[in-house]
Order: sequence, then structure tokens, then C-alpha cells
Amino acid sequence: MGNYGAYVWSCYGLVLIVIVLSEWRARVRHKQVYRDIEVRIKALEEHQ
Amino acid sequence: MWKFFHQLASPPHYYRLAAILIPWLAVPGLLLIAYGTYAGLFLVSVDYQQGDAFRIIYVHVPSAYLSMMAYVMMAVGGGIGLIWRMKLAHAVAAAAAPIGAAFTFLALVTGSIWGRPMWGTWWEWGDPRLTSELILLFLYFGYMALRSSIDDTAKADKASAVLALVGVVNVVIVHFSVEWWSSLHQGQTVFKKGTMDADMRVPLFAMLIGFTLVFGAMLARRLRTEVLYRERRTRWVREMVLAPEGGK
Repeated sequence: MGNYGAYVWSCYGLVLIVIVLSEWRARVRHKQVYRDIEVRIKALEEHQ
Repeated sequence: MWKFFHQLASPPHYYRLAAILIPWLAVPGLLLIAYGTYAGLFLVSVDYQQGDAFRIIYVHVPSAYLSMMAYVMMAVGGGIGLIWRMKLAHAVAAAAAPIGAAFTFLALVTGSIWGRPMWGTWWEWGDPRLTSELILLFLYFGYMALRSSIDDTAKADKASAVLALVGVVNVVIVHFSVEWWSSLHQGQTVFKKGTMDADMRVPLFAMLIGFTLVFGAMLARRLRTEVLYRERRTRWVREMVLAPEGGK
């Protein structure tokens, strides 16, 4: 990479980190939303 | 054909279809990115002017393109939602915003890192491309802040759709800024004949297609969550949650 290694690798590393973090957050949010709905619906079912 | 689109706009149908669709978008997308990264870093010859620093374009260009595409998607989604009152269209816009913001951030930072050795500066306030791209990031932040500040989903959809439609003017400015004004940023390169060697162009196209497919998978996943949240009080969600196999 000549004298540009730090610039090039930091760009690729940053892209990887941001995409992985974004995807991880999306998965966590999905599980959270699903669990909240599940708890609410099951509580309603038991109540009835 | 119309039946397919009509079905796709149905939340329960989309929710089930997206679960199948996500790996079909993500796997080829990641394979193309893997090839593009390897070729871009190790196979393509060094640029005679920029040296190895030019290799940053393989992540910068797809990020910049997606930063604009995601915003256009938000505006189109918002527009369709306002005119035809299609629930899924507003959900698409809401799901696209955080991904678009992430790619705008990446376009700005990778561009800045490339600018340091090439232009001798991390940032140039007078440059129209850089400044308009930064405004795009603020528009994404504004859109997300506006949505989260309104509890009523229908009202949040309408208000944010108006912001997305107004802000789309900035996407046009981002795109044409290098032609309309004098800019440090280089002009159109990727689709212009004779500006790039074919060896350099092939990995770039692989990255552009790969990033688009991965963006599609990311959007499909976030849209699934958005649909689930919006439909949380509906019968199909209740039946899915209570079914023995579930529907995660």
C-alpha cells in the first residue's frame, strides 16, 4: 500500500464495522419488538 | 404482475416473503463484496497519480451512491404513502433512513480519509460536494429525530414524508454539484468513457452491485421489524406469535 496503508485499511475497517454494527442493531431491535409483542399477547391470552 | 405488487404491499405477505428474500440478497451481495475487496486491494494495479490511495474508491463510491439512493427511496416511499396511503410505503421510508444515514456517514469519512493525502486536507468547507453530502447526513438525522418525536405513527409518517420530499432537492444538488460549481472533488468518473481502466472498473461494479444487494438485505430486515411493530395489534401477528412454530 506504499505510504497509504493507514488511510486505505482504516476506510475498509470502518465500512466493515459500520455495516456489522448496523446489522447487529437491526437484529437486536427485531428480537426486542417480537419479544414485547409475544409477552403482551400471551399475557392477554392468560387474562382471557 | 400487478397481483404480485398488490400482494407485496400486504404486510403479512411481505413479512413472510422477506424472511426468504434476505439470504438471497445477502449471500450474493457479500460474495461480490468479497471479490471486489480482494480485487480492489490486491489485484488492481496502482494508480499512476494517486498511488494506492485510489483503492479507497472501492468503498467510497458505493457508500456515496447508496447514501443518495436511500434518500430517494425515502422520498418515493413518503410520496407514495401520502398520495396512495399505502402503509408499507411509509414503512419502507422509515426503514431506509438509518441505513442511508450509515452510508452517508461512511461516504463522508472515507472521502475525508482519501482527501487527506490527495488534497492535503481532511475537510474543505467551501467544496459544494462535501458540504451538500454533509447536509444530506443532517437531513437523515432530522428525518429520524422528527419520526421519533411524534408518538402517533400516522402523523409521524405524514410529517416525515414531507421532510423527505423537500429534502430530495439536496440529492440533486449532491449529484450535480461537481458539474455546476468548481469543486475539489473529481467529476463524473465511473460511467464516463475513458476515465478508468477496465481492470479498475470491474471490481468497482462488483462492489456497487454487492453493496446494493447488501443494502437490500439490510432494508428488508429493518422493514420486517417496522411492519411487525406497526401491525402489532393485528390478528395475523397474534396468530403468528401464538402458532407453535412462531414467526421470528
